Amino acid sequence: MTRQFIDRETFDHLVQLAALELDETQAEYLMRELNNQLSAIQELAAIPVDPDLPASLHGIPYSAETSPGLRPDEWHPFPNPDEILAQAPETDDRYIVVPDIPHTTLE
Amino acid sequence: MELCDYPAYELALLLRQRSVSAVDIVESCLRRIEMVDGRPGTLDAEPREDDASAVHAFITLTAERALAQARDIDRRLAAGEEVGPLAGIPFTVKDIFAVRGTLTTAASRILSNFVAPYTATAVSRLEEAGAIMLGKVNLDEFTYGSSNESTAFKPAPRNPWNLSRVPGGSSGGSVASVAAGEAPLSLGTDTSGSIRLPAAYCGVVGLKPTYGRVSRFGLIAFGSSLDCVGPIARSVTDAALMLQAMAGPDPYDSTAARVPVPDYIAKLEDGVRGMRIGLSPDYLRITYPNLETGEYGEQPLPEEISAAVYRAAEILSGLGAEIVEDVPMPNTRYGIPAYFVISRVEAASNLHRYDGVKYGYRTARPDDDLNLLYRRTRNEGFGQQPKLRILMGMYVSAAQYSQQYYRKALQVRTLIRQDFERIFDPSGPYRLDALLTPTTPAPAFPMGAVYGDSVMMQYADQLNVAANHAGIPGLTLPAGLDAEGLPIGIQLLGPDFSEDRLFTIGRSYEMATESDPWRKARPAVLAMGA
Repeated sequence: MTRQFIDRETFDHLVQLAALELDETQAEYLMRELNNQLSAIQELAAIPVDPDLPASLHGIPYSAETSPGLRPDEWHPFPNPDEILAQAPETDDRYIVVPDIPHTTLE
Repeated sequence: MELCDYPAYELALLLRQRSVSAVDIVESCLRRIEMVDGRPGTLDAEPREDDASAVHAFITLTAERALAQARDIDRRLAAGEEVGPLAGIPFTVKDIFAVRGTLTTAASRILSNFVAPYTATAVSRLEEAGAIMLGKVNLDEFTYGSSNESTAFKPAPRNPWNLSRVPGGSSGGSVASVAAGEAPLSLGTDTSGSIRLPAAYCGVVGLKPTYGRVSRFGLIAFGSSLDCVGPIARSVTDAALMLQAMAGPDPYDSTAARVPVPDYIAKLEDGVRGMRIGLSPDYLRITYPNLETGEYGEQPLPEEISAAVYRAAEILSGLGAEIVEDVPMPNTRYGIPAYFVISRVEAASNLHRYDGVKYGYRTARPDDDLNLLYRRTRNEGFGQQPKLRILMGMYVSAAQYSQQYYRKALQVRTLIRQDFERIFDPSGPYRLDALLTPTTPAPAFPMGAVYGDSVMMQYADQLNVAANHAGIPGLTLPAGLDAEGLPIGIQLLGPDFSEDRLFTIGRSYEMATESDPWRKARPAVLAMGA
């Protein structure tokens, strides 16, 4: 039996944050695999690293010579905006239609 | 041999000599597709018995578009106009690239109706060079897998060498289409081995270029710091031709490096004399976790896999290269655990954009509530693997765990990068031009054997993923067949932007093994009569 790193309550909270809605079969599979993956990454904790070792957000270094640098902040109109709008599931007079955003009272 | 079986560079010559037309070439590929590909991958397709007897590389075949482009190239050649270096060469495109006016699905229900309004830079550069897209080919959903079985578009592709085996993933349709002679070239992506692993499983050449060598513009993002766009071909020369057309900076991708693109063809046959090529014991064994005990086991690779590497080393040594043994790569084994964290965090972030609002699938039951629209769209639209990656990515990047997991994984990434810097340092103790390794721990596994076990599936990439962490290039070459007739691959890893050197080594090996009996073997799907 794999070690349980997350319980059902935490899992359900994650599902909420991820904007998902799972049926029971899916939840069971995903929670088991999630625990398996968390078990597989425990090895990381045991790797000795100097606390000052820098973290790499990407592999290769970018220098002033190799980095493309910043582009001028210019507006370039997209040539065919209707093709973008045509992808929307529902539109009305070139507006994209969505259901109401439910009201919540902030505490 | 049909035209579709010719290498791209030979087709380019024949076309210029006017011995064949671009239409002849495209029609030959279309006949091969008709003969071996079976039905294309389709959403909600019910399994059928005859699915097991075809390759199923494609999701969308764009035959008319391809023929129109071929006619245009023939017209331009007849008029004496200049055509590009890849004029008339067909290629397939992993369906993770946007191509204007075509369905661009990522093999997911959530993009199953998405028609791209623009074209990825890699594709438009190939088309500007005269290459002709035959269509969009299948992959693991959003590239999440190593077998191509997670696609929402069924039937999933099969390995042309043995149709009961997986072609590998995630660029499964790409490698299957090239191995089966449906196209000489394919465009793939590699985030942890997704070009190299399936290329090895299907006996073709595949290159993961240096991160930033090829623009990612128009590539549907998975792990943005790891994703690389690269060529898949049947020979080193063809892969070099294809990279030549795609490489270089792009104003639409701020990570596409401003590093000059060398002439990859000019030095292809310069040989390996004087080069230093390393072998590492850390690439000749695999480490994997026992999920019940939490202990890590280690085992040597199958004899046939390590023998292929030693034989390649002997051949290269005979050609004048110096083989350096016992090169330590101690952090290789941490590649997968670090990848489980980094790639999931990036994937979760990239997948938040799919919400049923602006494009793609939208649930039929939004119930007048935007939150329900999001949840139901994402639940119905994503398969299990994307959901798992989102959940994992959110967990390990949560405020209370990110030091423990995410930051630590990024530090381990630094260690992995340092391993490579040490062995490639021109004034260091090893001074290597390349590291020679196996591409995969084993040949292609049977369909259904691993799928569902997300940890074991990920460990298939163990010998590939370090190159993605480090950003360095990796080239896989076919290196023989195992006792069951399945292809074996060897991998060459080099310093940043050393693709030209990897191609030269690869071409030397290719020429030296030209008369090997296995080079004459053909995939089973072709030996059956195609």
